[in-house]
Amino acid sequence: MKMKLLTAVAATMMAAGPALADLVIVSTSYRTGPYAANGIPFADGYEDYFTLLNERDGGIGGEPVRVVECETGYNTEKGVECYEATKGEGALVYQPLSTGITYQLIPKATADGIPLHTMGYGRTSAKNGEVFKYVFNYPVNYWDGASLAITHLVEQNGGTLDGKKVALVYHNSAYGKEPIRTLEKLSEKHGYELMLLPVDHPGQEQKAQWLQIRQQRPDYVLMWGWGVMNQVAVQEAVNIRFPMENFIGIWWSGSENDVKAAGEKANGYKALAMHNLGSDYPLYDDLQKYVVDAGKAAGAGDQLGTVLYNRGLYAGMLAAEAIKTAQEMHGVSDITSQQMRDGMEALEITEEKMASIGLPNFGPEFKVSCQNHGGNGYGAVSQWDAAAGEFKLITEYYQSDQDVIQPLIAEDSAAFAAENNIEAGC
Amino acid sequence: MPDQLVFGMEVFLNGLMAGVLYALVALGFVLIYKASGIFNYAQGIMALFAAMTLVGLMEGIVPFAHLINTIFGTNIHHFGWHAPALLAILLTVLMMIGFAWIVNVVIFKHLVNQEPIILFMATIGLAYFMDGFALIMWFSDIKALDVGLPQGINAAIDEATFQIFNYGFFIDNLDIVATIVAAALVFTLIVFAQYSKQGRAMRAVADDHQAALSVGISLNFIWVMVWSLAGFVALVAGIMWGTKSGVQFSLSLIALKALPVLMLGGFTSIPGAIIGGLIIGVGEQLFEFAIGQPFLGGATQNWFAYVLALIFLVFRPQGLFGEKIIERV
Repeated sequence: MKMKLLTAVAATMMAAGPALADLVIVSTSYRTGPYAANGIPFADGYEDYFTLLNERDGGIGGEPVRVVECETGYNTEKGVECYEATKGEGALVYQPLSTGITYQLIPKATADGIPLHTMGYGRTSAKNGEVFKYVFNYPVNYWDGASLAITHLVEQNGGTLDGKKVALVYHNSAYGKEPIRTLEKLSEKHGYELMLLPVDHPGQEQKAQWLQIRQQRPDYVLMWGWGVMNQVAVQEAVNIRFPMENFIGIWWSGSENDVKAAGEKANGYKALAMHNLGSDYPLYDDLQKYVVDAGKAAGAGDQLGTVLYNRGLYAGMLAAEAIKTAQEMHGVSDITSQQMRDGMEALEITEEKMASIGLPNFGPEFKVSCQNHGGNGYGAVSQWDAAAGEFKLITEYYQSDQDVIQPLIAEDSAAFAAENNIEAGC
Repeated sequence: MPDQLVFGMEVFLNGLMAGVLYALVALGFVLIYKASGIFNYAQGIMALFAAMTLVGLMEGIVPFAHLINTIFGTNIHHFGWHAPALLAILLTVLMMIGFAWIVNVVIFKHLVNQEPIILFMATIGLAYFMDGFALIMWFSDIKALDVGLPQGINAAIDEATFQIFNYGFFIDNLDIVATIVAAALVFTLIVFAQYSKQGRAMRAVADDHQAALSVGISLNFIWVMVWSLAGFVALVAGIMWGTKSGVQFSLSLIALKALPVLMLGGFTSIPGAIIGGLIIGVGEQLFEFAIGQPFLGGATQNWFAYVLALIFLVFRPQGLFGEKIIERV
């Protein structure tokens, strides 16, 4: 009897356990906590993309994708716990979704041979693949963001910012401080005065910062904010009647969540974009048919087409394309994390490829290489249309100032390599 | 007049206004602590829950809609009505009274005469429960809250100060409303505590539970009443902060702003919460303006608030208006 029971338990455990041939993607999401409103749409988009591939195509290269979701609450310690708890599942890639978690995972993931994709966040100098062999931050990074914002302003001012004053309102954290060095370098080149205004976490009280903006009258305000800091900043800008078209947020300060609370007066607020917006793409028809209507959506199915849902979708698409590349490179469908790394390093995103996926003109074209893990630094500017209730791209994708950024990346990554005894090279 | 002095005056006034908003949060803590000796860790989440309920009622959002849809395969989200702000506020107050009753019946009724640390731990548990419950009930998206309060620069003050200083001061209309509401709230609470039968009973319970019970005061009634009042104060704080930033999870973090105010003003004094809030508000804004931003890299407000509170603790542990701690041997 005991033997039968043990056999039954073992059989049940085997049946309930994961299929070994799955392609495992870990989604370190945050559906709870102060940043849940942003975490949910990203997590939904990321997971829905793999659900679509499973339901429509039977997975990638014939292998089903298994998404393992782990809740971080946007907390660095929990993020590391998630990594440790899930890496044994055979995770191919991690999207840590937090600069703090990224910094903690860089040495761990490198030692474990699991790639990280820190899309538009994390450590900027990880773009140097010769030093950060397991970290990828394509298609753009924070320093690209700083440069893209300044390039936009330079264009608006007839080619120079001489005599202008630019303020940076930033989250007083590693994330918020990322663009400072680049903006300082760019100020030497373009002649503007930089004014730095840090905001303490979580950013509900910004009166002192916006009074200074009112008193010192910068021509433009850039923002590196997240969560409630964004909503309060937009509201304070409205309150002091700062021209919204002169207020530009990084892509993490450019979702519907950030502007809706301020109502009509937030109209004209700008934000950088690393991908396109809205839901007018052929892929969305498939998403509706195979995922939402089939009742297989990751969340409530009410986030489709929002800025952060699209970002999650984009991240999922880039991971899936890297898997395909790895499968082609190694001639196997059930790839390992090492092979995934190879696939990410050989990833090439072209307009033709995006159109065939059903996402034409959704993101910039770029090619990853051993030396360049960060793409080509292309981004665009979006603007909030309060009446329509949506952000719209108002520029084409354009490139950041690589002459300024590349030396900074080389310098910072060399310092990291020296500190950690890493032998750079391909 | 030198520019910096004029700017400093503007910062001072805005600090006073910010202090009022901190005081609104601190008031909720004081009410419960005064009557029951409980440091209510859940006060911040009560503000969030109250504000979420208010928006939910105004917008006609179906509570637990995601849960219902998941279980029954339905697709319901809204009732299709938009309730007037005043009606929604009244209904939310009733909801907070119901919340107070449930909290007391389910939790605190069973913890009478327990150590303060036990009661504190119970409120931590309550906070985490409410955190999840509120999000399941009303979801985690950021909701715009508009109960008709004015926002933006006050034109009259801008103009008047421009005449005097050749520089118009920025004072937010919402902050002015918050100041008036806070003043009315404190006045009402003080009058209630001093002159009403229930208020005197509340003070008796605060002085000595056992003695109050022995003269026939219902501890349960007083606690439900005090938690209801704290719920009402949480709703007011939630409206003020939620109007600024939208109603979202971060509202629950405003409790962090109340702690230095309480340490400074005292945990048992209603006027202390107001004075403490004003001192913290003005102090942190002026410090940031004069020292923090020019010399320390900025973002010093939270740091300064807690350092100031710590200094007060060292010299006056009971706070400015707290009851003096006397231990007889």
